Amino acid sequence: MIATAYAIPDVLVFLTSALLILVGAVGVLAMRNPVHSALSLILALFGVAVAFVAQSADFLAAVQIIVYAGAIVVLFLFVIMFLGVDRRETVRVEPLVGQRVFAGVGVLITVAGLITLFARSHWVTGAIAVSSSGQPLATGSKNVTQIGTAVFTTYLFAFEATAALLIVAVVGAVLLARRERAADAEGSQS
Amino acid sequence: MTSWLATVDPLFAHGVTWAVLIIVIVKVLVGFAALMGSVTLMIWFERKAISDMQSRIGPQRWGPFGLLQTLADGVKLFFKEDLLPAEADRFAFKLAPYLVLVPALITFSIVPIGGTVDIAGHPVLLQVANPPIGILLMLAMSGISVYGVILAGWSSGSKYPLMSAVRASAQMISYEAALGMTIVTVVLATGSLSTHDIVAAQAHGVWHWNLIRLGIVPFVVFLIAITAELNRPPFDVVEAESELVGGFHTEYSSLRFALFFLAEFMNTITMSAIIVTLFLGGPAGWVPNIPHVRWVFPILWFLAKTVGFAFGYVWFRAALPRLRYDQLMNLGWKRLIPLSLGWMLIVAGFLIRPSWGFLMAALVILAWTVLTRAFVLGQGREESADSILPPVGERPLPGRVLRAWTDREKD
Repeated sequence: MIATAYAIPDVLVFLTSALLILVGAVGVLAMRNPVHSALSLILALFGVAVAFVAQSADFLAAVQIIVYAGAIVVLFLFVIMFLGVDRRETVRVEPLVGQRVFAGVGVLITVAGLITLFARSHWVTGAIAVSSSGQPLATGSKNVTQIGTAVFTTYLFAFEATAALLIVAVVGAVLLARRERAADAEGSQS
Repeated sequence: MTSWLATVDPLFAHGVTWAVLIIVIVKVLVGFAALMGSVTLMIWFERKAISDMQSRIGPQRWGPFGLLQTLADGVKLFFKEDLLPAEADRFAFKLAPYLVLVPALITFSIVPIGGTVDIAGHPVLLQVANPPIGILLMLAMSGISVYGVILAGWSSGSKYPLMSAVRASAQMISYEAALGMTIVTVVLATGSLSTHDIVAAQAHGVWHWNLIRLGIVPFVVFLIAITAELNRPPFDVVEAESELVGGFHTEYSSLRFALFFLAEFMNTITMSAIIVTLFLGGPAGWVPNIPHVRWVFPILWFLAKTVGFAFGYVWFRAALPRLRYDQLMNLGWKRLIPLSLGWMLIVAGFLIRPSWGFLMAALVILAWTVLTRAFVLGQGREESADSILPPVGERPLPGRVLRAWTDREKD
């Protein structure tokens, strides 16, 4: 266990971020309307950003908001509005048979894993001893240096592999999208 | 905690005392009041300048030169009926104006208006806040304000606002990439994210301004991208009056409409100020050696530059025709993004060593040539029988099964 004494402001910030994350996460599941679910997701992402700031990871907090809240959820909303699925729906059909059972098992495994992590390691990041002294590795603008060094030296292979994965995904998406349009054109000609 | 706060803002060097707290609160209030005041002036200025360019008279009834027209309009909007469309999504409809307004207010807080002044023995930066993430805050806030536009359009439960919302989401995402890339170029040259450091690095004369030091290209890309991000003419397809009635705020009335209007003009001012901060040295300029009032001149320089860009936006609106939607997307994806990405690599190369810079420039020019050739080929491609690809792979489930499910759902 970690026997560090936390100051009251830190605890308050943690409680706020935890509340934001939990309310947002539950909202994503509980809201009937997909757009409201997306809004709840933004709330949860903001909570995570607050948690990052509390851990002195300002850069990660900014990136969290710019990339996830600012771009990815916008794309979710774009798709929701574009496909017109923004109506209240009752899910009666199961596209994948038995997915509820698998979902239950998945939740159990995740929760068990989280509990194990919480019991054995740091309270937010889940990493075992991010820094041994209890102080953050970098503060303020040194964040960027720290992350840049880690990404482009230690974890370079993982970084490049992720980039390649994204390129493959984009090429695949373009190929699939082209096929649909080609099929349409064929249908209209004949 | 205090130790690293001091590296960000010298005000916190000796801990957070009551005097420091009061100074911070006063800074927030003054910043808010100044922004609100300048928004009123900006609305008047835009209407007056546009009417001059179009040989009209413009507002003239209230106050000298019609200066109080904006206040009169505000009072009028205040007393209008607050409509809520029957088809509207109540929660999102009410939330949307604030999602536009609050980011507009927060973004202004990172703009350095002047140098450092001494107030009661405390060194005070003339900017509301100087967070370590600095300019990234602007990107984050412009990411959030997209939601205001999207939700306003979607929640109105009406056709044209919805189309406006779809356009807004696509447009803002596209131009954010070019915007981010040019900001990276500035940050690379400065070596810091903080707006205070960015301005300080440009303080030693015109040749140190990022406008010239980085080559003109990032400035031009940034100006175009930020205009698109603001939804201002000639990139205002989101609220194109001739196509979409009023765009995303068609169904809004009264105070909620006023909030959108306020946020739009506030963003225009803030983004002019951000351009000045990033590329024109912010408050940098010639300061005459007059005791006691030296601190005023940086503020005047800042104001002069910002008003220059604000006038530029008004001029754009009067002079340039609106781009078509596909032209807008082509400009964003096919020109601005490759241009800003390549320029960033060249600048990064020169920052290491001139030889690397020239090597990088050669590679980037090669890449641009290949890309241009690809665009030309793509545009000249004709849809014929042999250009249609054969179907790849299979659907995850047979069409018969899928149809059975969808039919069952309809019952």
